Amino acid sequence: MSQHVNPVEPFLRMERMPHIWCPGCGIGTVVNCFVRALLKTQVDIDKVSVVSGIGCTGRIAGYFRADSFHTTHGRSIPFATGLKMANPELSVWNFSGDGDLIAIGGNHFIHAARRNADLKVVCVNNFTYGMTGGQVAPTAPLHSLATTAPYGAFERPFNLPFLADSSGAVYVARWTTFHVRQLVKSMEEIMHKPGFCFIEVIAPCPTAYLRRNRLGDGLEAMRHYKQSSKVVHGADTRSVDIELGGPIVVGKFVDRDRPTTLEAMRDELHKSLGDKYVPYPTGVQR
Amino acid sequence: MKADPRGVLTGVHFLDGDHACCEGALAAGCRCAFGYPITPSTEVVERIAQRLPTVGGVFLQMEDEIASSIAIQGAAWGGKKVLSVSSGPGISLMMEHIGLAAMTETPCVFVNVQRAGPSTGLPTLVAQADMMQARWGSHGDYEVIAICPNSPQECFDLTLHAFNLAETYRTPVMFMMDEAVGHMTERVVIPAAEQLEVVERRRPREKPSDQYALYRCEPGSRVPPMPPVGEGYRFHVTGLTHDERGYPVMNAEAQDKLVRRLVDKIRLAEPELARYEEFQVDDADVVLVAYGITSRVVQRSMRLARERGLKVGVFRPVVVWPFPERRLRELARRVKAFVVAELNLGQVVLEVERLAGGTRTVLASHAGGALHEPEAILKVVQEVLR
Ligand SMILES: Cc1ncc(C[n+]2csc(CCOP(=O)(O)OP(=O)(O)O)c2C)c(N)n1
Ligand code: SF4
Repeated sequence: MSQHVNPVEPFLRMERMPHIWCPGCGIGTVVNCFVRALLKTQVDIDKVSVVSGIGCTGRIAGYFRADSFHTTHGRSIPFATGLKMANPELSVWNFSGDGDLIAIGGNHFIHAARRNADLKVVCVNNFTYGMTGGQVAPTAPLHSLATTAPYGAFERPFNLPFLADSSGAVYVARWTTFHVRQLVKSMEEIMHKPGFCFIEVIAPCPTAYLRRNRLGDGLEAMRHYKQSSKVVHGADTRSVDIELGGPIVVGKFVDRDRPTTLEAMRDELHKSLGDKYVPYPTGVQR
Repeated sequence: MKADPRGVLTGVHFLDGDHACCEGALAAGCRCAFGYPITPSTEVVERIAQRLPTVGGVFLQMEDEIASSIAIQGAAWGGKKVLSVSSGPGISLMMEHIGLAAMTETPCVFVNVQRAGPSTGLPTLVAQADMMQARWGSHGDYEVIAICPNSPQECFDLTLHAFNLAETYRTPVMFMMDEAVGHMTERVVIPAAEQLEVVERRRPREKPSDQYALYRCEPGSRVPPMPPVGEGYRFHVTGLTHDERGYPVMNAEAQDKLVRRLVDKIRLAEPELARYEEFQVDDADVVLVAYGITSRVVQRSMRLARERGLKVGVFRPVVVWPFPERRLRELARRVKAFVVAELNLGQVVLEVERLAGGTRTVLASHAGGALHEPEAILKVVQEVLR
C-alpha cells in the first residue's frame, strides 16, 4: 500500500463518494472506527458482511467495500440472522439507527439477543429519526423536541444497554463518537466473540436533533461528550439512563459467554436425534 | 442437475398437502427455512422443523412473519434455497419483503395455505381470496410467479417446480395452496432422486474484480447470475432503485430501466412459464376456468353438464401468475363463454375477462368457508347457455 493512500480507503466504495451524511454527523466516525477495527484484527474482509436497515445509519452498508445489504426499515436483524444461519463462517455486522433497531425493529432486537444470534450489532443512537427529518424516537430523552413531539417528548425512553443486557446479549458496551479509541477496541473485542454483541454509539445529528434542541453543532456535541461522559466499566445497566443534556455513562458493561443459536441448536439436536442428526456448522471456534 | 438424495423421501406415501409441500421443498434442495405457525399452514413448518436437521439443513421459528420473510432472504444470499410458509394474516405481514425479494432478485418460495379472510376471517376454513394479493400485494410495480396445486401429489411436484422457477428467474414464487388442498390426504409418489430435475443457482462466470456488476445480465438474458456471499465479489444489495452495480440511483431513467426489466423478466416469460390443464375443451361451448381445489370441483360440474348434453370443458391454470394468456386467448376465439369459479368474490375472473376479448365471462363466486356446490356452478352454466 502506498504511503499516500488513506488506510481507510481500500475498505470503502470510494466511487460512491461523496457520501450523503451532513457535516458534523457522527455516522462517519462509526464507519472510520469499524475500518480501523478491521485493520487491527486483520480479518478476511471477504468473510465480513455488513447489513443495515433504513435510515441515515442504514446507508453505512452501501459505503463498505464488503458484501453489504441495505434491507428494509427495522428488519436488518432478521435478515442478518438468516444470512448467518445459511453461512456460519461469515462475520455478520449490523449497523442501525435507534429508530430502525429499537422502534420498528425492537421485537427482532430482543429476540436476536435472547436466542444469542451470532451477530455484531452497532446502534448509532442520535436520539432521533435523522433520515426523515427529526421525528421523536423511542430513545428521545424526556422533554427533548422533535417534529412529531413539538411540545417535548413525554414518554420514557429506552435505555439500550439495559434492554440488550436483559434480553441476553453476551457483550454490551456504550461509547460516544468522542471515544474513538475505545470504540475501536470494543469492535476489535467483538470481532471474534461468538454471540449477540451490542455496541451503542451516542452520536451527534446536528441537522435533525442538536439544533432543534439548542444543543449546538457537532463540535459542541463532542465537547459535551468529553465533559459529561463517565467511564464505568461493568456498570449496572439499570443505572445508565440518559437525560437531556445530562451525563452519559459509557464503558463495557457486559462481557459473558453462552452458546450461540447454532451451538445450542446443534447440542439439542445431537442429544435428541443422535445419529439421525446431520451436523450443521456453527461457525464458532471455542 | 439431479436432486440431492438426502432430501428425497423416495416411496409411496399417504400425505396431506402441507406435508407433501414440505417434502417437495426438501427434494428441491431447500436447506433453510424460517416460519411462524398459523392455521392451516402450521403442518408445513412442523414437518420442516422435524425434517431439516436430518438432511443437513436448519430451521428457526422466528418471532413473527415479518422476520421469517426477510430471514429467508438473508439465507438465500448466504447460498441456500429457502422457503417460508404462512396463511392469511401472516402473509399480509410478509408483503413488504415480497417486494424486497422482487426488487433485489432474491430467489425464494413463499407458501400460502389460503384461508378465508379478510382479517382473521375463518382460520380453519378454505378460501382462494389471496390471488390478487399474491400478484400485487406489495407496493410498487412488480411481477411474481404464482402456482396453484390441486392435490397432495401436486404439492410435492409443484413445490419442486416452484424452487426451480425461483432459481431460474431469481424471483419470489408464491405457492398458492388452500386449506382444502393443504389438509387433504392422498397417495403421494416421491420418485428416486435421480429422476428429479433440480435447477441450481447460476453463478457469475467472471471472477471477483473491481469491474464486477451484481445485476449485469448476459446478452439476451433478463436474469443476472447470482454470486454467493463471502467469495470476494463484495457486492451491494439494496431495495432502493439501483444500477447494474447494485448502487442506489435516484432518478427516473434508472427506475424505468430496472423496474421494466424486473417486470418483463416474468411477464414476457409467459410462454415458457405457462402451465395448464384442459378437459374436453375441443367441442366446448362453455369453458369452466378454475384453479387449486376448485379445479377439482368443476370437474364434477362438467360431468353433470355433459350428462345433460351441454358442451362444457375445463381450463385449469396451474401457473396462475403470469396467467397462461396465449392459450386463453385461443380458447376465447372458439367458445361462447367462460365461467370462472373461484373461492372469492371475483379476482382471477378479472384477468380472464381482460383476455377473453368479447367472449362472455361470468363469475361463479363463493366467499369461502366451504367449497362450491358443483350443482351451483352447473346452474351458472345453464343460465349462460339459456
Ligand atoms: C416501513 C417503513 N416505515 C417508515 C419508513 C420511513 N423511515 C425511513 S428512515 C426512518 C427512521 C430513521 O431513523 P433512525 O433509524 O433512528 O436512523 P437515522 O436516520 O437517525 O440514522 C423512517 C421512519 C420506512 N422506510 N419504512
Ligand atoms: S440528518 Fe442527522 S443522522 Fe442524518 S446524516 Fe444528517 S446529521 Fe447525520
